[in-house]
Amino acid sequence: MSDMGVNVVVVGGGVAGMEAAGQLARAGINVTLVEKEKETGGHVKQWHHLFPDRRNSMEVLTYLKHQIDHENITLLSGNTIIGFQRKGSGILIITNDGKELKADALLLATGFDLFKSERKEEYGYGIYDNVITSADLEAMFRKGELKLKDGGEPSKIGVVHCVGSRDEKAGNVYCSKLCCVTAVKQAMEIREHLSNSKVFCFYMDMRMGGALYEEMYRDAQEKYNINFIRGKVSEVGVGFNNKLVVKVEDTLAGRPLKMELDMLVLMAGMEMSEDGLKLAKAGKLNIGENRFFAPADHHFGSNKGNVKGIFYAGACTAPMNITETISHARAAVADIVDYLKTTSK
Amino acid sequence: MDKFGFTLSKARFIDYDANDRRVVDYIIEREPTLKLCIECGGCTATCSTGNFTEFSLREMNILLKRGENKKVRNKINQCMLCGKCILVCPRGVNTRNVVFLAKQAFQKFDGYAV
Repeated sequence: MSDMGVNVVVVGGGVAGMEAAGQLARAGINVTLVEKEKETGGHVKQWHHLFPDRRNSMEVLTYLKHQIDHENITLLSGNTIIGFQRKGSGILIITNDGKELKADALLLATGFDLFKSERKEEYGYGIYDNVITSADLEAMFRKGELKLKDGGEPSKIGVVHCVGSRDEKAGNVYCSKLCCVTAVKQAMEIREHLSNSKVFCFYMDMRMGGALYEEMYRDAQEKYNINFIRGKVSEVGVGFNNKLVVKVEDTLAGRPLKMELDMLVLMAGMEMSEDGLKLAKAGKLNIGENRFFAPADHHFGSNKGNVKGIFYAGACTAPMNITETISHARAAVADIVDYLKTTSK
Repeated sequence: MDKFGFTLSKARFIDYDANDRRVVDYIIEREPTLKLCIECGGCTATCSTGNFTEFSLREMNILLKRGENKKVRNKINQCMLCGKCILVCPRGVNTRNVVFLAKQAFQKFDGYAV
């Protein structure tokens, strides 16, 4: 399609931003894609395999890189935007190095930050050697080495759901939605790496609402012998033998349960990114109780902001998996194209 | 076939309609956070009393909601009101106040000593 002579700035070069930039470019729109890191790809860069089909995350990255390989896209990597304001019929955007970008519409795809697990001090992340996060485990899978800090092989591994999610004490009352299925996926992968290991998932509720999630949960029980214990872990300590000790109530048995473990994996939840929060403040954008960008309408305007010409895509509006993020990014493009047709000409 | 029936032994089931829920109503009116409990058991796992006895605050919460007051009344005095449960509760239930109010309610409705 020919150049429409309009410019859209996309902030965030993760899944949402890359997909949206690619789709906008194909619609004949000039896109400036701003990414704070040197490399695009966002969180997916750090992940090894993805649920529900356990595909290598590199395949998704390859797809996304192909999406943004377009003459209409200018990539500004290593940059952030610090503010924006409406000017005439468009928006004036200011980058961290003082550059001004003129755009007809601004798409925020600033994504999420993983919950900083050291904030749940009682779980011992950053205190005990072998308490790690879901992200740390993915890095281990990447290296192909699932080891304890001292180089030994873990034989009993616990997985804690809802770390920083559904937790008023962490300031997050919402469900991060992806951690249950990530726990199931990682539990299965641990068993594949270490066939003699025993894996225990500690959950409050198993939220298996996505496509093929419940099937994975069933596989985890049937084929991988993963153990599921219903109770929120209240504390983690270390015993005399240097093993981790978790305290939890086995709520279905109705009794407190104590278990020694070699390794504990914390399923860190998703939070609104700090950069997104700064932009919300700078640009007077509404945020919800969960601190994510509040869409103009939950049904018809999930990609629209409260300021004219500002759009959202992906996990900056709510926890979202990759499939949903790509769909949400495409929907944002549809809204933007519609907006540009009706307003700027 | 119809003799097979659909009956439950009275000793076994929770008779929800017959049970007295004045106690739980009394508590919820004064401490509405009790409604937020999702039975995760964090309180029970960290409980000082539960470490040594069969006391389970999570169980207390659900029994109160079902009106199974007798079972609660026999156990609630085991709580030492240390408040560790409040620290771990992910739903912000003021568990210590729930215990305190339950004791008040038992005294008010059943004449039991606090």
